[in-house]
Formats: sequence, structure tokens, C-alpha cells
Amino acid sequence: EQTMSYQGKKNIPKITSERLLIKGGRIVNDDQSFYADIYMEDGVIKQIGDNLIVPGGVKTIEADGKMVIPGGIDIHTHLQMPFRGTSTVDDFSQGTKAALAGGTTMIVDHVIPEPGSSLVEAFERWREWADEKVCCDYSLHVDITHLNDSVKQEVLSLIKEKGVNSFQVYMAFKDLYQMSNSELYEIFTFLGEHGGIAQVHAENGEIIAEEQARMLEMGITGPEGHVLSRPEELEAEAVFRAVTIASQTNCPLYVTRVMSKSAADIILQARKKGNVVFGEPITASLGTDGTHYWSKNWAKAASFVTSPPLSPDPTTPDYLNTLLASGDLSVVGSAHCTFSVAQKAIGKDDFTQIPEGVNGAEERMSVIWDKAVVTGKMDENMFVAVTSTNAAKILNLYPRKGRIAVGSDSDLVIWDTDATRTITAKTHHSAAEYNVFEGMELRGAPMLVICQGKIVLEDGNLHATAGTGRFIPCSPFPDFTYKRIKARKQLAILKAVPRGMYDGPVSEFSPMSRGGTPSASTRTSPTKAPLRNLHQSGFTLSGPEEAPIRPAGRRIVVPPGGRSNIISLS
Amino acid sequence: MSDCRRQWNREDELPVYLAKPISTGPSQRHKSHGMFSSVEGAYDSKTIAFDQYAVGRKENRSSRSSSRERIVDEDFEAYEISGGTFTSSPGERDDGRPGVKITDQTEKECGYEHNNGKSERLLIKGGRVVNDDQSQYADVYVEDGIIKQVGENLIVPGGVKVIEANGCLVIPGGIDVNTCLHKPYLGTPPVDDFYQGTKAALAGGTTMIIDHVTPQPGESLLEAFEKWQEVADKKSCCDYSLHVDIPHWHEGVKEELEQLVQEKGINSFQVYMAYKGLFQMPDSQLYEAFSFLKELGAVVLVHAENGDLIAQEQSKILGMGITGPEGHPLSRPEELEAEAVFRAITLGNRVNCPVYITKVMSKSAADTVATARKKGSVVFGEPITASLATDGSHYWSKNWAKAAAYVTSPPLSPDPTTPDHLHSLLSCGDLQVVGSGHCAYSTSQKAIGKDNFTLIPEGTNGVEERMGFVWDKAVAMGKMDENQFVAVTSTNAAKIFNLYPRKGRIAVGSDADIVIWDPDKIKTITAKAQQSALEYNIFEGMECHGGPVYVVSQGRIVFEEGKLQVQQGTGRFISRKPFPDVAYLRIKYRNKMMSKQGVSRGMYDGPVYDVPATPKYITPAPSAKTSPTTHQPPPIRNLHQSNFSLSGAQIDDNIPRRSGHRIVAPPGGRSNITSLGC
Repeated sequence: EQTMSYQGKKNIPKITSERLLIKGGRIVNDDQSFYADIYMEDGVIKQIGDNLIVPGGVKTIEADGKMVIPGGIDIHTHLQMPFRGTSTVDDFSQGTKAALAGGTTMIVDHVIPEPGSSLVEAFERWREWADEKVCCDYSLHVDITHLNDSVKQEVLSLIKEKGVNSFQVYMAFKDLYQMSNSELYEIFTFLGEHGGIAQVHAENGEIIAEEQARMLEMGITGPEGHVLSRPEELEAEAVFRAVTIASQTNCPLYVTRVMSKSAADIILQARKKGNVVFGEPITASLGTDGTHYWSKNWAKAASFVTSPPLSPDPTTPDYLNTLLASGDLSVVGSAHCTFSVAQKAIGKDDFTQIPEGVNGAEERMSVIWDKAVVTGKMDENMFVAVTSTNAAKILNLYPRKGRIAVGSDSDLVIWDTDATRTITAKTHHSAAEYNVFEGMELRGAPMLVICQGKIVLEDGNLHATAGTGRFIPCSPFPDFTYKRIKARKQLAILKAVPRGMYDGPVSEFSPMSRGGTPSASTRTSPTKAPLRNLHQSGFTLSGPEEAPIRPAGRRIVVPPGGRSNIISLS
Repeated sequence: MSDCRRQWNREDELPVYLAKPISTGPSQRHKSHGMFSSVEGAYDSKTIAFDQYAVGRKENRSSRSSSRERIVDEDFEAYEISGGTFTSSPGERDDGRPGVKITDQTEKECGYEHNNGKSERLLIKGGRVVNDDQSQYADVYVEDGIIKQVGENLIVPGGVKVIEANGCLVIPGGIDVNTCLHKPYLGTPPVDDFYQGTKAALAGGTTMIIDHVTPQPGESLLEAFEKWQEVADKKSCCDYSLHVDIPHWHEGVKEELEQLVQEKGINSFQVYMAYKGLFQMPDSQLYEAFSFLKELGAVVLVHAENGDLIAQEQSKILGMGITGPEGHPLSRPEELEAEAVFRAITLGNRVNCPVYITKVMSKSAADTVATARKKGSVVFGEPITASLATDGSHYWSKNWAKAAAYVTSPPLSPDPTTPDHLHSLLSCGDLQVVGSGHCAYSTSQKAIGKDNFTLIPEGTNGVEERMGFVWDKAVAMGKMDENQFVAVTSTNAAKIFNLYPRKGRIAVGSDADIVIWDPDKIKTITAKAQQSALEYNIFEGMECHGGPVYVVSQGRIVFEEGKLQVQQGTGRFISRKPFPDVAYLRIKYRNKMMSKQGVSRGMYDGPVYDVPATPKYITPAPSAKTSPTTHQPPPIRNLHQSNFSLSGAQIDDNIPRRSGHRIVAPPGGRSNITSLGC
């Protein structure tokens, strides 16, 4: 349907600096849609408008009134993720090809350092792997898998020097990645001060561990045990807790993988109360449900294993799509993390050993179009917002990414609203043998994908080149997340009440048996100030310390001259 | 009536408070320097102009406001610990209506030996008997501490003392499910012991208390229980029972719990989600505790606050130089309460165990309970006198001693609309029981924390004021009817803790714990006139409508026209059986429903990825506990085989049980078990 012609036959440009003109398309951004032509050069959008004056030798694409949208940003992938000496079957090349085939022109992958190891080293390793193979631009989240002071230093250097502004912490995976509430508090406080975004895997790992043991004891060893031991309540509980901690520490919160209605509801309520929290449903939670865990085909059931699990409630996808359309959930990732059947079979006798992850990078945009836009829940602008623009805003990549505007990167997609395709593992671009959306007919698909100013998908043919993607650094304090945080920081300054000294009697007490106070170690301040100094304190932010119990064994004394009015009523 | 009006905000004074079922309350005021900062002088000398907001009681305005001022101006020295004197309430009826009267028929009906103690015979005439389900005009005849007859024109023996109720309400005596009358703080006991505390309870219309046994971590639960029982038996003036707090979870506790439930008559135990490093339990221990207590048929009481975050906030706030009582609510914001309530309910749902939230102090915590109940969770919420009648703005008082008097955990919410909201939820049944959380420490005890708010002993008064404020703020405002009043002050508690119908109901065969309640009685709360030994009353100066005229406990009149006639040690320990119906009937059905089944599948016979023996991306397990038998894989997959025990997930769960399997395609190709399709 779209035709291409070379205007000036003499000046055929090199592939590296392709000049492209998209004519007659309807540009759809997150705020508005309008008809205009787009001229791109050197991977950047140079002109937008009607009757553009363009140099010769320009490749012209006739869009014929079709939608031209900013390329999708998949904010959550696990490509080439190491797992027990192996790695996911989709490496950075395979995975980004799948992404491009689905209309996604940028991915943000998770760096998962081994607990105890260096964050920066892990980050560099991921950079190496990605730079070698990636076919589209990428950024990286770094997961914080353990906490100590050097980790904080590393986080700081990642923020300041390496271009990472989002860090994921885990409330699940007990004894592996899981953080305690106090550790979460520390990390959130630290990130809030330095302009980072706290991403959280929200599930209550303590209860999961108990439930897993119970399931296995009951003789449930198959994939259904996965969902039975991780009921959606545990997800909602952890989301609630994460929201509480983030609100206490005044840190923006991003909940990765919103899989259930109740978790989404908690986010919705928190947002209504004014919390700065973003929810990310994934392709799988928007497109399918957890009933498949009970499939008699073990390999099929296992292919759905991811955490938090897909909800067995079949009304979940519809509900999540509704909240996405209303803006209560902000952004859609894929959490693409694919394992072969043989890899999944590591857990064939014990569901807790099944490697977790589902596909979804390629299907992400079509699933949303089919489930939300075609059904009338969402308009095309919101579609752009949740697939691309919001992600760019949250990570401070906007307006370079996530918008069709002069100066933005020329990552864009001509979206065919009428195309229909049937998802099957036979034709998908992932290397996985199973596709969790198998057999699903989806309306809406990319007709042409332009990445870094080059056509990479055309007529169903992918022309991606490994290693052409660039690392895009994300700077701290993104406006989208931090404007409100900054304003609140100024408001939330606490003040003590200026009072006279309490000079009444003090009861005699024994410091040996304590009641009702937090305690860790009995650290007594050596200098006992006779006057109460409001600024003096034996406390540090590094954790709870025992308050100095000073006047041990003091008697009740009535001060000479009677009582001062400081303790009298009112 | 709400106490949330402040003199400091005259310009936006609200119109007359109108009685309506669910009041949104006054619009919240902005505290001008942002969310948490204090307003200079905002909270000093709060005198509350009740009459302006009273509905239909304007005629009393002038006289009462003058009397209130007098009280407020008093120095507190004047009524410091007054010991065990029986003082009468100042809030007596001022209209001179005869009200309730007692006539003793002993002289007339001679020949009957009247024993002024144990087997008093009482006839309550002309009252309206109010139970939680219905009200009726009937007489009540009491003998030997038991209600023998309820009805009209009763035939009673001679020598009966008659109380003329004159249309007043005759209600089951209140049950206060949350008191701490013997909980020591740093070695010092609270100033209200079982004698002083139960006296205060009786004066307020409460005829039974359930006190918390609070063993220190490491202390034996049984020994602590026996200690409490001994003290209470000696001193208590009314019937009592005991909750036992579990300060620390370990295997040894289980045996003691079993003994307490089966031999000692305890069916409720409290666990703590706060007090880090002291009482706090992590989620996995809570899970185990809930599981075990559920098997015993006990009710799990939860102190719901996120202790980890509190510890962080406390050190932060002390680090900022905030050492006064305002640091207490600042370090324990209501979110942390709501979070813990949510988590406790999640745990309760998973374990399928009834959960009882003690001290619901904030709107968000109450909303969490209400939402969970709508979803079907078996959860009960207990607001306390303080959260229903006052708010946390007093923490900012310039008077340290006054501010410290309000310190309790979870703290009172600084949001002045909280009491109104909690009353609404109480009225509609979303919250079930009102406790007092009565735990009285003197000012000098509170002053242990004069330089550090985290050391202030926690607790407020409320045992005497409990029923009065529910009447005043819920029934008199039209939110609640008298039957619901009986339910939340007495019957629900009796049901949840398996005392019903012995307690919590006026019926033949029930204990003769009866209160004759005058809805028109007016009382101004003041530490001067209270039974408690405290110097401060956090409800100081508040006016309360409705109160007991007569209190009958164990068949004896113990409170009469403002005078107490009690005797130490007359209270009995009431033992309680496990598996209370109101908490456990649903649990039992759900147990049957919740048994889970695995999917029976053919054996997976496809390739299995070869996992190296020393996995690279799994944490080094602290204890490499490997079962010696696991290296021999069974030839056939056995669905019942498992190396796991209920004692928790093991650290080496992630280590594969077998090593060295290669990817092997079975001979003859793959079977269809791994093929694509459904």
C-alpha cells in the first residue's frame, strides 16, 4: 500500500545517514493527533509540517493516512539474563529483533547483579553484552540485590556517571534478593535524595516461602503450585507496603509487573491519595490469565510461570486494560524473559525451581491495541502514552524518545489498525518454543518500523543489524516523577514544639527490663547535658539505635520552690 | 458532638453540628506550615464550647460553660493522686427529676434474712431492657448473681431490693476488652492497678474487663499468666478475663499456648507488628503463630504498626532534634498503621484465621478493616475510647505533661475528623468492639521520656469514660441506635471472646451484670472527679451525655447515684473456651473449601537443562544442608514426595536436588506431553 520512490536519483544516501520523508501520515502523540509530513535526517526528526522543503535523494514513504506513532519503549526486559550458568534464550539480538517486529524501538533491560557482587561491574558486563548485539537503542535499570554502604556508593556513581536513574528492589525471593522493610526504607531514602526511581518487585516473600513449603508438603509439585503459593493478596500486600515506605521516604515508586486486580487497585487508591506511584502491567497480565497453570501439558503450564504469577481470575486482563485506559496504571512493559522448555524443566519435580519469565516484547503493542483501543476503552493518544511516552517521561528520556517532534530521535512506527495476525510460536521472532499468547488473534500491527532513522521493518521483513543500538543514558530527577517530590520535600520539614524544660518529678525506673521502646544496643551518651538541647541527639540515620537512658535510678523529686507551671494543666 | 473545634480558629467556626447518620465532619483545617509543622500556640488552653454544637440542649448553656471554666482553671496539683476515696461524679442531674429510686422491702416483708453480700435479690422495675437485638419494657429479677426472670408482673419472693428504673435503659454491663492494669514499664507498674482500674470501670458502667498479660521476651507465658491472675484475684472488683501477649515466637511457646488454651481458659493472644527488637515478629513468624493459634481455636489480637519503619522514623526524628511528644505521632504516621493492618489481614486470609485488630486509631486503618470485611475476611476492629473521643492535635501542646499524657501506640491521629469517622464505622458495624486501652502512667512515669519521646511509657486512660463517649458521640448524635450501643460496648465482645450469652446479654441465666443507663445524664470529665489515679485525664473538660445511674455487678449494686460500693478481690476470673462461633464458624467452612489439589499430569519426559552442580546465580547458602538421599533420583515422579517440612522454606531450596542431567531426547522422539497445544 505504501509506495516508495527516490526523488533525486543522483544522491542516494548512505545507510548510516538515511534521509527519510513520511508523507500523508497522521501523527499521533500522547496529547494530540494531526496530519503532517515528517522529514528525518541522521536519525533525528528535522521537520514536521505540510509541504516540507527537503533535499534531493530522499526516500519517501507514503503513509496513506495511516497512524504514525512514536516507536514503542519496552521499559522492562530481561534479555540474555544469566540463570544458573545458562541464560535466557533471547539474547540482546534475538530479543530486540522481536521488539522491533512488534513496533518497539527501544528497550530498557534489567541488570541483575549477583547478591554480594559489584553493581557497577554487573552494569559494565551488561553494557558489553548489549553493545555487541543490540539492534535498537537501549537503557538499563540496575537491580539492587543486597545492601551495604558500598552499594550506596555504587548507586551514586551509576546515577552520576553511568546514566542509570532507576533501580529495582525485591520484596520477594526470600534469602536471595529480598530486602527487609528497613533496607527498603534506606534505599528509598537514598534514591529520593539523589533523584533515582525506586522500582519494586512487590510480593511478600516471607509468606510465599511459607506457602511454597506448604504446597510442596501437600504434594503439589507442578506449575499450579506456583500460583497457589503466590496468591494475589500477597502482591497487593507488598504493593501497599511499598507505597507506604515510598510515601514515608518521599521517593517516587514504580511497581513493576502489576499482575492482579487487587494490586492495581492499591495503586489506584494510592494515586488518588496523592502518592507518586506508577504501575506497570505487562503484556502477559494484559493479554492472558493464570488458568493455564492448570494445563495438563506440563511444558505449557510451565511456560506461564512468572512472578508475580498471572492471576487465575479471567477477568483480570480486562480490568487492567481499563485502569490503563483511565491513567491509573501508567506504562506497559513486557517483562520479556524467555526460557526454553528444557530450561523450564529444571523444575519439573518442584515448581519452585522453574525459571520464571514469559515472552511479550513482540506482542506488547498489539495486545494493548486489540484489548484496549479496539474495545473502545482507550484512544490512540493514550495508546501512545502507555506504550511509549510515559515510559520516556518516567525515565527522563522525553522528548528525545516517546514523541514525534522536531529534534526527537527518529524512532517511529506506521501503525496499521486493520492488520490482523495470529500469534504463534511458529512465526514469532523469539527463540522460545512456547508463546503464552499462542493462537490469539490480535488486531493492530506495525506496518513499517523506523529505528534510528532507518527502516528496520517493511512488508513483514526485518532488516535489523546486531550492534547498531546505542546506550541512552537516563539522567536523575526526571520532572515527571520529581516535581511533586521536590515540592513536598520543602513542605515536610518537621519542627519540634518549643517547650520549657520539664522540671517535674521523674519516676524511678530500672533500665534492665524494657517495655515499649525500640532497642538495639545500649549506647549511652558520655556527655550528659544539664540543659535540654533540641539539636543534641545520639542518633544517626544508619538505623535504629538505643536512645540513651540517662537518669537511671532517679527519685521523684519536687523541685525547690514548688512546681513551675510547665506541668500544670493547660 | 465533636471535640475538634479549636479556639484558635474562630474565623472559620462551623455552624451547629447537625446530627446525621454519616457526617463528613468539618472540613480539615490546614496547619499553616505544611503537613506536620506545629502551629504556635495553637493548642494551648483549649476550651471547648460544647453547647454551641449540642443539638437541642441550648437551655443549659450558661450554667455549664461557667462550671467548665472553673475546672479548666484549676491547677492539677489540687487533685493529684487521691487514693481510693469514693468520690461522686459531679455530673449529676441538675433538673432535680427523681429518676431512679431504690426501695428496700426487707422491713416490710419480714422473715427473710437479708445478706448484704453474696446472694442479694434484686428486682429492677420499670426499665427498658435493651439487648443488641431488641429492646422491650420488662422487669428483671436477679438472684445469686444470675438473672432469674425477665418479664412483666414477675412473681418474686419477699425481701427483695427493688430498683425503680423509671424508663431508663437496662443494659448488659459493659465489657472492656482492652485494659493494661498490671503492665509494668521499666519496672514500674501503672498507677491504676486492678483495684483502681476496675473501680473506674464500674463507675463508667463496665462490669467486666479483659486485661493483657504482657510477659517480657524470654519470660514464660504461663508464669506471667499466673502472676497476673494472682494479682487480679486479690484486687479486681469486677469479673475479669485475660489476653496473653506473645512477646517472642519460638517452639517452646507452642506448648505453653496449648496449656493456656486447654487448661487455663484463655482464647485470645496478642502479637506485635511493632516494637522492633522487642516484641516485633517478622511476617514468617506471624504466619507460624497464626497457623498455630488457629489450630487451637484462639483469636489472634494484633498490634498493627510497621515497627521497622517506626524505628527508622524515630531515629530520623530524634536526629532532627525533635525529642518531645510530638515526635511520637510524627514517627508513627497513620499510614504505618494502615499498612500493618493490611498485612495482618493478608496473613489472616492466607492462614484462614480470625484476626482482631486492637486499637484502631486512624481513618485509614479503619477503612482497611472495613474493606477487608466487605471482601469476606474474618477480621474485627477495636477502636478505643481515646480514638473515639479525642485526637492527636494535643501532642503539640506546649505543656509537656499534657502532651505526654496522650502518648499511646498507635498514636491518636492528628486529623480531627478521625473520631467522627470511627463512630460512623462503629455504627454501621464495620468496627465491632470498643475497648479502652486503659493503661495509666503518672506524669512522673511519663517523664522518663522527657528528653526522648521514644522512652515515654505508652498508654491513655479511658476505662471509665468508654461507654459514656460512645453514647455521647454516636447514639446522641443519631449515628447509632441503643441496640448497636449495647452490641459495641458489650455483646460483640462477649461473642468474639466466647463469653456469650453468660455475659453481654440480659436474659434468664445470664450473669447479673446490669447497668441502668440514663441517656440524659450529663457529666463533665475531669481528673478531679475520676476514679483513676492519674493526674491527667485526656478527656479533661469534655462534657459527656449519658451515663450509668446504677451498676449491678455479680448481682450486687456496686454503683449507686454516683457512689461506688466495691470490694477488692470480689471479681472472678472468667475462663473462656476456644473456637468462638462468631469468629470460627466461617473459618471451619472455609477450611473444608480450601483444600487444594494438584493437577495430575503425565510425566514430563522432555529434555531437561543441565544445571551445574554449583549454581552461579544463586546466593551462597549460609548452611549447605543437603539431604544425602536426594542424589538418587526416584525413577518415577512421585507427587507425594517432598523434602520440605512446614518449618519454613529452606535456604537451599534453590539448589537443585539432582545434578548432572544432560539434555536427552528420549528414544523414539518426544512424546506428546511436551508438544504444543492444550
